[in-house]
Amino acid sequence: MDMLIKGRVWKFGHNVDTDVMAPWNSLTEPWEERRKVILHIRPEFAQEAKPGDIIVAGRNWGCGSSRENAPENLKNLGIGAVVAETYGRIYFRNSVAIAFPNIVCPGVHEAFEEGDEMELDLKTARVRNLTRDIEISGQPYTSEMLNILEKGGLLNVLKERLSNEVGG
Amino acid sequence: MGMTMAEKVLARASGQKRVKAGQYVTASVDRMMAHEAFASCFITLKRLGVNKLYDPDRVVIILDHYFPAPTVRMAQGHKLIRQAVEEFGIKNFLGHAGICHQAMVEGGHVLPGRLILATDSHTTTYGALGAASAGIGVTEMSYVLATGELWMQVPPTIRFDLTGKPVPGIMSKDIVLYIAGEFSTEIAQYRAIEFTGEVAKRMSLASRMTLSNMGVELGAKFAFFEADEKTIDYLKERTTETPSRFGPDPDAEYETEHSVDITALEPQVAVPHNPGNVKPVSEIGDQPVDQAFLGSCTNGRLEDLAVAAQILKGRRVNPGTRLLVTPASQKVMLDATRAGYVETFLEAGAHITPAGCGPCPGGHMGLLASDEVCISSTNRNFRGRMGSPESQLFLGSPATVAASAITGRITDPRQFWSETTLS
Ligand code: SF4
Repeated sequence: MDMLIKGRVWKFGHNVDTDVMAPWNSLTEPWEERRKVILHIRPEFAQEAKPGDIIVAGRNWGCGSSRENAPENLKNLGIGAVVAETYGRIYFRNSVAIAFPNIVCPGVHEAFEEGDEMELDLKTARVRNLTRDIEISGQPYTSEMLNILEKGGLLNVLKERLSNEVGG
Repeated sequence: MGMTMAEKVLARASGQKRVKAGQYVTASVDRMMAHEAFASCFITLKRLGVNKLYDPDRVVIILDHYFPAPTVRMAQGHKLIRQAVEEFGIKNFLGHAGICHQAMVEGGHVLPGRLILATDSHTTTYGALGAASAGIGVTEMSYVLATGELWMQVPPTIRFDLTGKPVPGIMSKDIVLYIAGEFSTEIAQYRAIEFTGEVAKRMSLASRMTLSNMGVELGAKFAFFEADEKTIDYLKERTTETPSRFGPDPDAEYETEHSVDITALEPQVAVPHNPGNVKPVSEIGDQPVDQAFLGSCTNGRLEDLAVAAQILKGRRVNPGTRLLVTPASQKVMLDATRAGYVETFLEAGAHITPAGCGPCPGGHMGLLASDEVCISSTNRNFRGRMGSPESQLFLGSPATVAASAITGRITDPRQFWSETTLS
């Protein structure tokens, strides 16, 4: 996984929950249907978001359900990363498990406007607003989380572990 | 310095003498529970060539979100899960006993001090019995099913000391809604909660479960009550093991302690679209409701149904409102039938659905059309949670739901209340 991410920012507010990222009655729909309702509080988002775009959010991004479809939908849409003030904890864990970059960064909501260009270093959690020339620091991933991210997700870690067990 | 309940469980589960808040550990998981999400774990594990679970006896599987199956697709999912249960040799298949959390507790799978992970955010419910329990997603669950362990951070703990004497008509739901409104839905983010104080001690197990259940709405990883004599008594009939009392060390270290006096508390209502948007019922104004829903892992237990039945007895549901009642489990349904509540509900014009999640997650039944309004005893009123994104969901106690069903608008239940009850 590329540890340096660059992209255009979409800005969301506080308490954006997993139900609006992945409504329950969309979960069993095929992807083409499911993608239309992702973050339906801003209907243009699912239509216009481009691969590599970055989401900047306020507090408690992803509060609510354990449904992994929430970060997975954003990842499948091609979103490069989310940088939020704080997260719902299950969403955050799920995002690590599926290797979808999400960085905790107090102050990010103030530092970015919609459409700004961000450069994000996943190793150091350094967040730069290239449009406004601002640099702030997020909370770096722990080495364990980085390892999961670099391997492309927890299932790859599991695969490696299982093959070691068989081999060893 | 002693340890909090969270620290004690994670120390034991990671094989250490002591751990401290903030530390990362690899914890051995005592029980893993999955509902319909198990289908996805099964497919993942098979793809990875895993034919054997770490310990099938620690695994509990339940079908609750979509039972009975509303679509062929869901029926196929259930069929796949039954096959998987067979193939992996999982003995604890609870079938369709009710909502997973209720069935876990009724089935004696929740014991004080256990570490329990499940594919559902409201797994925090088991904290009511002194268990450290949290929700995870399907990828992490697949990992846990295969290896029996997971990385975890030891959370700092905050305490809510519940004091005072409630006025008649106040339920534990009002207390937790009040906390969400007063302290925000992030107060316990990345943290564990311990609910303490005279009110916590006096509460029934069912009422404690309501608070622990909505712990996740406060952001919490775990939401504990001390496991006391009441907990042990409850468990005695449900397990062959010998559960023991479980609480924090007396000199445990807490991040913060909040005192919550419930003496003058009014019934509380969360208004759209967040469980933290809470107002006393008197400030809601004239708010008609199309649907009233009584049920869910928050408030679908016997004592909840008893309170609602007491209010509805001899009265009628407003003709402009539909009241849906979904008992949390088959056992609750049977007990409610024997107690006469089912008859009371039917006489009042309510509709009883099969036990399970029912309308709560917005995919099975009882969905809302655009611009419809529902007052619900559930735990979250996120936009579109129970149907159309243009619908409006209010949360209240079972008493408030029952009273609102009678008048057809959001109503203070105290006008229908006669006895002092803290539920
Ligand atoms: S009743 Fe509702 S909140 Fe509880 S487990 Fe079922 S869907 Fe989730």
